[in-house]
Amino acid sequence: MDPDLSAPHSMGTTIIGVTYDGGVVLGADSRTSTGMYVANRASDKITQLTDNVYVCRSGSAADSQILSDYVRYFLNQHTIQLGQPATVKVAANLVRLFSYQNKNMLQTGLIIGGWDKYEGGQIYSVPLGGTVLKQPFTIGGSGSSYLYGFFDQAWKDGMSKDEAEKLVVKAVSLAIARDGASGGVVRTVTINAEGVTRNFYSGNSLPLWHEELEPRNSMLDILLSGASPEPMSI
Amino acid sequence: MAGSYGSTLRYKNVERIKSIGKHTLLGASGEVSDFQEILRYLDELIIYDNMWDDGNSLGPKEVHNYLTRVMYNRRNKFDPLFNSLVVGGVKNGQKYLGMVGMIGTHYEDNHVATGFGNHLARPLMRAEWHEDMSFEEAVKLLEKCLLVLLYRDRSAINKFQIAKITEEGVTISEPYALKTFWGFLAFQNPTKGAEGSW
Repeated sequence: MDPDLSAPHSMGTTIIGVTYDGGVVLGADSRTSTGMYVANRASDKITQLTDNVYVCRSGSAADSQILSDYVRYFLNQHTIQLGQPATVKVAANLVRLFSYQNKNMLQTGLIIGGWDKYEGGQIYSVPLGGTVLKQPFTIGGSGSSYLYGFFDQAWKDGMSKDEAEKLVVKAVSLAIARDGASGGVVRTVTINAEGVTRNFYSGNSLPLWHEELEPRNSMLDILLSGASPEPMSI
Repeated sequence: MAGSYGSTLRYKNVERIKSIGKHTLLGASGEVSDFQEILRYLDELIIYDNMWDDGNSLGPKEVHNYLTRVMYNRRNKFDPLFNSLVVGGVKNGQKYLGMVGMIGTHYEDNHVATGFGNHLARPLMRAEWHEDMSFEEAVKLLEKCLLVLLYRDRSAINKFQIAKITEEGVTISEPYALKTFWGFLAFQNPTKGAEGSW
């Protein structure tokens, strides 16, 4: 029960990427843990690779950071050589190259999302072994286990930007409710032809789910107001 | 109030504070099934004590001692009960507060905690606890500790109960949630200027 402070920092996480009619929405929670201790309760797991391509990171914090640093570096060179913005497909395949060739050493699952003028909004999933799969939506991280059923039911093709964003926020918030390794705030990044928008949904503004209660300042508020139900006894 | 199953927050309504007899409150962390077993042991203990019908009743000191023996003996058999227990109560005007761990470690103090509370809550309590605190001050201090633990302990959920025991009797509050704060400017865009970091 002692906090294992020498445990590797892991972003037991919930990450999501969905396409919508015109772009993509990426979403993530904000908890980074070292063993059972929450090392960072407001991390930013959605990282920029280029102006138009972002990646959601999960698994080992160190591995995902170094991998995205390398990919950002090479994509930057590639953009200069190409003379125009890199495509999402190229970004995804570069991520795959690193993930696959170093599969014995890395422990990170990634979701690449972006927009380019050739194919519009795209989401690519790059899980642990270095597979690349283009998908209309994908989920990842430890919290995703709780979302498979939810997405089976709630996902629809051709959603609007607002519908897609609401879906992502709802999903991350549901996963946070059940996954001890996910928590904090919900961050989203929306990418389309117009550009990139970051959003932030804090703990208090997220909906309440089953057996969750309305937060208050203190128990004393209930007691002092006098309008409370009887205290429980044995 | 959480009952976790590995890293899944499986049960969100587990009552982890129970009253024992007339004079004691028991709070537990760790394995829920073992806690339920401990409650059965204590039930038996209290019933047998009542059967003497001698006007005497087991107080917190006695319950603490009994639990210490139970935990330590199980540890010696390499079959521990996976719990950390907080025992508190009042008998004949005398207050008592103690802790028993799963290997039988036990002590008595003005403020005790289990698990992460030892690292995060006790420093706060050491700084702010003082003799003759009012009920309101005590609740505020506890809530301060609960909030830190909610932020920083992965197994915590935003659902709490606070229990009070005095010479007059026991009150265990209804479950309630605390407001959390996420409004620091630094939380909005933490990787600005340092893309790829936290």
